Amino acid sequence: MKLGFLVDLNLCMGCKGCEIACKVENEVPLSTWRLRVKYIDLGIFPDTSRSFTPLRCNHCESAPCERICPVSALHYLENGIVNIDSARCIGCAGCMMACPYGAIYMDPETNTADKCTYCAHRIESGMMPACVVACPVEANIFGDLEDDHSNISLYIMEHRGAVQVRKPEKHTSPTHFYVGGGNQTLNPLAHQRIEGYNLFNNITHLDHVGDKNHGILDRFLAPFVGHDALDNKSLIESATSEDSHEQEGGH
Amino acid sequence: MVESTIHATQAVVTLDVPIQGIVWGSIITVNMWAKSIGTGVVFLASFLWFRHSKEDMPNLKWTMPVIAFLALNVFLLFTLIDLHQPYRMVNIFLHPHWTSSITVGAWLASIFLGLVSVLMFIAVGEKFPGVPFKGCLLTKFGRNNAGLYEKIMPFLVFLAIPVTTYTAIIMAQASARELWQAPTEVMQMMWAALLAGSAALIFVSSSWTKEARKDLSLVLALSTFFSFGMYMSEYFFSFKSAEAEAILAYVHAGGSYNIEFWIGMVLGFIIPFFIAVGNMKSDNKTLLNFAALLALVGLFLVKDVWLKIPQMLPLS
Repeated sequence: MKLGFLVDLNLCMGCKGCEIACKVENEVPLSTWRLRVKYIDLGIFPDTSRSFTPLRCNHCESAPCERICPVSALHYLENGIVNIDSARCIGCAGCMMACPYGAIYMDPETNTADKCTYCAHRIESGMMPACVVACPVEANIFGDLEDDHSNISLYIMEHRGAVQVRKPEKHTSPTHFYVGGGNQTLNPLAHQRIEGYNLFNNITHLDHVGDKNHGILDRFLAPFVGHDALDNKSLIESATSEDSHEQEGGH
Repeated sequence: MVESTIHATQAVVTLDVPIQGIVWGSIITVNMWAKSIGTGVVFLASFLWFRHSKEDMPNLKWTMPVIAFLALNVFLLFTLIDLHQPYRMVNIFLHPHWTSSITVGAWLASIFLGLVSVLMFIAVGEKFPGVPFKGCLLTKFGRNNAGLYEKIMPFLVFLAIPVTTYTAIIMAQASARELWQAPTEVMQMMWAALLAGSAALIFVSSSWTKEARKDLSLVLALSTFFSFGMYMSEYFFSFKSAEAEAILAYVHAGGSYNIEFWIGMVLGFIIPFFIAVGNMKSDNKTLLNFAALLALVGLFLVKDVWLKIPQMLPLS
């Protein structure tokens, strides 16, 4: 069995239902995402359109994050999922440096790396990933790539020639595919990030890497003082305090 | 209208939060910088002992392992404090994943530090019998096994090569950062070690012969020259991927990293090169110490820029 994912971007309407479902299912803390939907505006007025691209871990067959992890916290499951064992993770961030898709983040509550696992815990119970269930237009197609009769295999065969992966030049062999994407949506260098053109400007990033809740000393003291103060409420307080770290995404 | 002035492919991101900030920051720079000193002094000591008699550098036998020991402990301390779960560092030894150069490097560096420690106990035990206190078992062990020094040294020099260069392999495995995906990174690490090693030993070379100090100047001059040349090649030559080109174009355009990079180049490589070359003709200890200080500061700045800039590129 080799599980894979396909997103039909022609169907995606950018409702972010998948993003919310993922957040709720996996209790993803504020300022971090396992799955997020990127909006890109294309064309020149009046010929403009907006495209939506859900982005998550690509569960590569040749995963750089798995290779660089010094303690096998990132590992393959038998079904091809690149899973993460946060109890073993040492928080070196090597995986964040290795992932060409920027799909891994440092969880500010556990201080360990985390990412999309295709909801491995749900799959183990015979359920679909939360984002697949939540999608109102069935743009997320999930299944066994080795089964010729699975939905995803049939979809890939039906759209052969138009199925794309992100950054094929990285030779990571992703098991996450897109239909209806283009260079402008899948290549981060093919679009611009212009200050002032975001739907939400002055986005506050929680600088959890070394912030006042998780300074270097805190990392050493954490096992003795517990993590009670490091929930979403405290992160909101951290973000809204005067010395919160603000920066624009992109340059 | 302003909309039509947006060029590129007329594609503008209007909602996304892709950049996680600088994840590997100045802590990692200190880590690499200190490791360069720790391995560099071993390279330089072996070179100097090959070229000169031990009497030419009377304090080298104990200063080399002491400097290496201190630098390697700084390196390991900063490795540890950069971890988000520092106590789990032990997992690298309990659950090693050998495809990871972080694992291989941690093991090699630990063995290297162990050998350096033995050299230090031997040399300090011989030179300062009462240090750190009378009856210290470690220095006593050193005094009783003084012959080990000569036997360990060749292995230490051999081990210093992978300990110096494994960081370049980590960077190669960090495949999301295209700027680091260059074979030249390995040689940059080697030149950095020679630069840092020669600079560190210059500070303790006042009692050495002129000829020995001249050799230190020679290594400093060569390492600054080739480091500068390699960075310039990587900075200007167009052989990289689109991602690396994009990040270099951003630095070329100016900004704080551009300033830090050029200050590092001038302080770390250009000025020390000319002082070191001049010092090969006329022995000026003060100027040479100044050059060594500048070289270490400049090396830190350049390494810092090279570490941080690829992390500014959005990956999605």
